[in-house]
Amino acid sequence: MVERRPWLDILAHVILLCGVALVAFPIYVTFVASTQTAQEVASAPMSLLPGSHFIENYRQALFAGSGGGSAGAPVGRMMYVSLIMALAISLGKIAISLLSAFAVVYFRFPGRMFFFWMIFVTLMLPVEVRIAPTYKVVSDLGMLNSYAGLTLPLIASATATFLFRQFFLTVPDELVEAARIDGAGPVRFFRDVLLPLSRTSIAALFVIQFIYGWNQYLWPLLITTQEDMYPVVIGIKRMISGGDSVTEWNLTMATAILAMLPPALVVILMQKWFVKGLVDTEK
Amino acid sequence: MEKRVVFGHKLLPYLLLAPQLVITVVFFFLPAGQAMWQSLRLEDAFGLSSEFVGLANFADLFHDDNYLDSFRVTAVFSVLVAGIGLAVSLLLAVMADRVLRGAGLYKTLLIWPYAVAPAVVGVLWLFLFSPSVGILAVALNGMGVPWNPRLDSGQALTLVLIAAIWKQISYNFLFFLAGLQSIPRSLIEAAAIDGASPARRFWTIVFPLLSPTTFFLLVVNVIYAFFDTFAVIDTTTQGGPGRSTAILVYKVYSDGFRGLNLGSSAAQSVVLMVIVIALTVVQFRYIDRKVQY
Repeated sequence: MVERRPWLDILAHVILLCGVALVAFPIYVTFVASTQTAQEVASAPMSLLPGSHFIENYRQALFAGSGGGSAGAPVGRMMYVSLIMALAISLGKIAISLLSAFAVVYFRFPGRMFFFWMIFVTLMLPVEVRIAPTYKVVSDLGMLNSYAGLTLPLIASATATFLFRQFFLTVPDELVEAARIDGAGPVRFFRDVLLPLSRTSIAALFVIQFIYGWNQYLWPLLITTQEDMYPVVIGIKRMISGGDSVTEWNLTMATAILAMLPPALVVILMQKWFVKGLVDTEK
Repeated sequence: MEKRVVFGHKLLPYLLLAPQLVITVVFFFLPAGQAMWQSLRLEDAFGLSSEFVGLANFADLFHDDNYLDSFRVTAVFSVLVAGIGLAVSLLLAVMADRVLRGAGLYKTLLIWPYAVAPAVVGVLWLFLFSPSVGILAVALNGMGVPWNPRLDSGQALTLVLIAAIWKQISYNFLFFLAGLQSIPRSLIEAAAIDGASPARRFWTIVFPLLSPTTFFLLVVNVIYAFFDTFAVIDTTTQGGPGRSTAILVYKVYSDGFRGLNLGSSAAQSVVLMVIVIALTVVQFRYIDRKVQY
């Protein structure tokens, strides 16, 4: 810093610690609740020290599901559905965006700008504003309660296409010239030159889109009606829909911890790419 | 910016574009067109036939007190989410930019709530504030505040606000921190040599230079409050009590899928689309300016 002001430094640490506490407090209480019995959680006020039922609760949540209320589906299955959904959305987005960005940047063809704008406009239509008609399209195609129905409507993404377009524009033209002199066609160039160069962008985008896919709520809520196709985020909602008296908070909280674990791990382990991806996609 | 060197190929570019275009047309343009078409029509009670009614659905909407209420709730909600969220995260970012020791650790500890699903955030806060078992609700009751968000609309809005803001702090924090770190040190040092206090340096140098970030985050936060908070509301209050937390998106959902009033729901979707497009245009105009800056 530019000058020494010890009291300001202390204030800064105090405020930051308050911030960390604010962020961590709900998670801590959730974790504590997930290690107690349903009765311990319900006895207000509950103890703020972890209980002794950690393994028991998580085993029941993962393999048997919550007994009371309407939901009895095991969380293990839901986590699997969420994982497939998150992977399909993130990898699908990256794949189709790479291809279309490649087409828009490296070819001249009639309608190029028209198609570019067509993709661009989709930026303005989040799934929330077109739920009813999109639902109708998906049900007409017979894709309710299927992975295709869960993922395809969320795969088209203008942001990813833009990110790759921006990146391709910074790739030196000399590389294309060299590739052409060596006799490489467009497909070869894409595979051997462009893809390896895009690795960082792909990793950054993957982190962001994995979280986006994993955390989807409204869309799965509409199109999944069978328990074996619920993503875990929907499963939690079903667990609390019975009201205070029937909700087994300890199992619900164990499920909440399980539901936030994969994306949180992705953020913490891939923090460098996460920050890059976030800042890049929003530019 | 355009490439000088391109590949000459007639068919290949169309094949490359095809997957994205097919999905865009089937899942974006078809439904959006259908929403606009449906917003001009009125279905009979059995959904067997529909007739063209022009702008009647829109006229009904803007004469409907429920809808105008929902507009008001959305406005209050998004202003508070954006305002409080930005203020708290700016404070944290300025402090994190100031400390030398532990800055990386603070950052890691503050950013990961970004990964938590809005629906899960809703469940967490619902639990903490649940009238009979929630630890915060019990504490409030102990202090003599009768807490029940299922009955009191002000408390319901408070609950939704806390959850929505909590979720967004990490995102805002990251962008503010990146913005703060891109401000040239020399400017701040020069001001310090001239005898400006830290507070004065903040308001006359840092805050104005940060305004592009602030403005960008303002738009993003408003969009977040409009749409992404759906999951928070659906898990905590379901728009209630009454309609006190039913924001516009929630109303599109509840009218279309619970009330089955498709014409009205479609008209509401169209109004929302107009709002999103306006916000996006604002954002892009600003981005043009940021490039020069």
